[in-house]
Amino acid sequence: MAATELLALPGASRLLDEAPDPNAELAQRFHTYMFLMREVEERIEKKLYRQGKIAGGVYVGRGQEAISTGAALAADPEDILFPCHRDMAAYFIRGVHPRQIFAQYMGRVGGLTQGRDGNMHMGDLRLKIVAIISAIGAAIPVAAGAAFAQKYKGESGVTLCFFGDGATSRGDWHEGVNFAAVLKLPLVLICNNNQYAYSTPLDKQMVCPNIADRGPAYGIPAEIVDGNDAFAVYEATHRAAQHARAGLGPYLLECKTFRMTGHAAHDAAGYVPQQLFAEWAAKDPILRVEQLMLEKGWKTRAEIDAACARIRQEVDEAIQWAEQSPYPDPATLLDRVYE
Amino acid sequence: MPTTYLEAIRQGIWEEMERDPNVFLLGEDIGAYGGAFKITAGMLEKFGERRVVDTPLAEAAIAGAAIGASMFGLRPVAEMQFSDFITCAFDQIVNFAAKCRYRWNAGVPMVIRAPSGGGNRGGPFHSQNPEAWFTHVPGLKVIAPATAYDAKGLIKSAIRDNDPVLYFEHKGLYRRIKEDLPEAEYTVPIGKARVFREGTDVSIITYGAMVYTAQEAAEKLAAEGISVEIVDLRTLVPLDEETILASVRKTSRAIVLHEDTLTGGFGGEIAARITERAFDCLDAPVVRIASPDTPIPYSPPLEDAFLPNADKVVEKVRWLCAY
Repeated sequence: MAATELLALPGASRLLDEAPDPNAELAQRFHTYMFLMREVEERIEKKLYRQGKIAGGVYVGRGQEAISTGAALAADPEDILFPCHRDMAAYFIRGVHPRQIFAQYMGRVGGLTQGRDGNMHMGDLRLKIVAIISAIGAAIPVAAGAAFAQKYKGESGVTLCFFGDGATSRGDWHEGVNFAAVLKLPLVLICNNNQYAYSTPLDKQMVCPNIADRGPAYGIPAEIVDGNDAFAVYEATHRAAQHARAGLGPYLLECKTFRMTGHAAHDAAGYVPQQLFAEWAAKDPILRVEQLMLEKGWKTRAEIDAACARIRQEVDEAIQWAEQSPYPDPATLLDRVYE
Repeated sequence: MPTTYLEAIRQGIWEEMERDPNVFLLGEDIGAYGGAFKITAGMLEKFGERRVVDTPLAEAAIAGAAIGASMFGLRPVAEMQFSDFITCAFDQIVNFAAKCRYRWNAGVPMVIRAPSGGGNRGGPFHSQNPEAWFTHVPGLKVIAPATAYDAKGLIKSAIRDNDPVLYFEHKGLYRRIKEDLPEAEYTVPIGKARVFREGTDVSIITYGAMVYTAQEAAEKLAAEGISVEIVDLRTLVPLDEETILASVRKTSRAIVLHEDTLTGGFGGEIAARITERAFDCLDAPVVRIASPDTPIPYSPPLEDAFLPNADKVVEKVRWLCAY
């Protein structure tokens, strides 16, 4: 079952049928993908990694799920996505199945890179998803090139490029943004400002108070978005994509959020003041959308719990599938360096 | 009428632009100005701003944008104004472009043109030969043509190739080298060396401008009764090992000659392969001739002393033949 088909599960479609308010349907979709991302990442970080089943590092987006969910759901199918390493929901929304992600993390052939690369370093051109490289920020010029191709071919699609606050310290980021601005390319720049680049807090990354402050330097619009509100991210991405689609050039969104974890599974984040975790836990994007659904009467607690249980079961099955996926054959080591 | 090496590159790009509407050019000063060396002269007028893109001064953005565009159906030909500036785009080329196919099966059919080489009093930052860095990166193809015929045929093949290709064109050959080119369209395959001059006593394996240095030395040595064979690699990666080994098996003596500096230069790789695979055919050690391990100096007497020349080659060949 494809991840997108989760929405077609009997319970989910019944909920959709009963929803008169379009926001009710949207809330349901936000909840599904955010919860799926949270669940998959929790299993990877807190179970499989600790069981020694993940070959390498684990980098999760706990607390930041609203950004990839809201933005990727706002994207049109012809839009190109450049997710970063804390943007897993974008993959589900494009049709990547959780089992492919588990297999990717475990270095199995069922992963999107067939064991050639790990964690969130994965893409699929058929789905218009481009894989990042570890040098964060390097994707921005490449995303500008993808947007260039869209404009060159006269397509209506735009390119959505995701990155963190740390990426904006890289020269590639500035070259790429300037390049896209000068050539008026249809590029939407989506920053998840989670306030830490590994252990380095924002005030040691930059002097200006906001990432959005960088926009005017390149003559492009920029706005600050509540990155823990999927609706806000969704609406802002619509505005930004509309601007880019109209041929007006790039648009920068700074989604303010917080990394509710260390940089990676090996990092206990002792350098983060503990009260920040408590403060941001209260703004959890999944809890927020659940509260909204309950307040508006779009769903009952029991219905939400049932939806979560179905997703957990999906995830259980996906892990089983991934564990059965074979490791790559060392005989294939030399394959595919060139065409 | 003979065609220069420079004009041959221009013609090759022009023909591919006419053949395939997805081919486009990007780089610094390539449009209105026609490029620092006029390789793209007239292209803006012919093909328009959509396909001849003047970019900001930003090599990482140029290389990165070429990668992204190539993933989504275009065939970018990016110009580094001088190959010396390719280091600014190093991460994009070696970590992004080179690894996409292996990692996630994404083809990156792009060309980066890099005008390289010394002899023009360009000093440390307008004279380098940075090809060896890229021969060390699996996933990249590396080309360095010496003749006008190959310059045209190889740029056309590079543009049609489905992997990232680095095309090192030697600035010193731009207007110095010319020949009559076929009227009919042709390409030169990537990955094939050729014997530039046949000989029997010693093989000089070289590429780019040093082919002519070897030729000058060979003519002097012919007067002494020493017969030199010259192998012009044309492509460094993928390397045509067979042509190299066939020549060495014939002559039993090998010199590897390049303008790049000695240590870590591509000559070391060729020497190693010859000793690994044709050791029993050798009558003498494999000799490398390269620029010394210094930055490229500006002042004429210093640069002249720095660059390999025919006299240095003649001396080494004599030594090798007397070994």
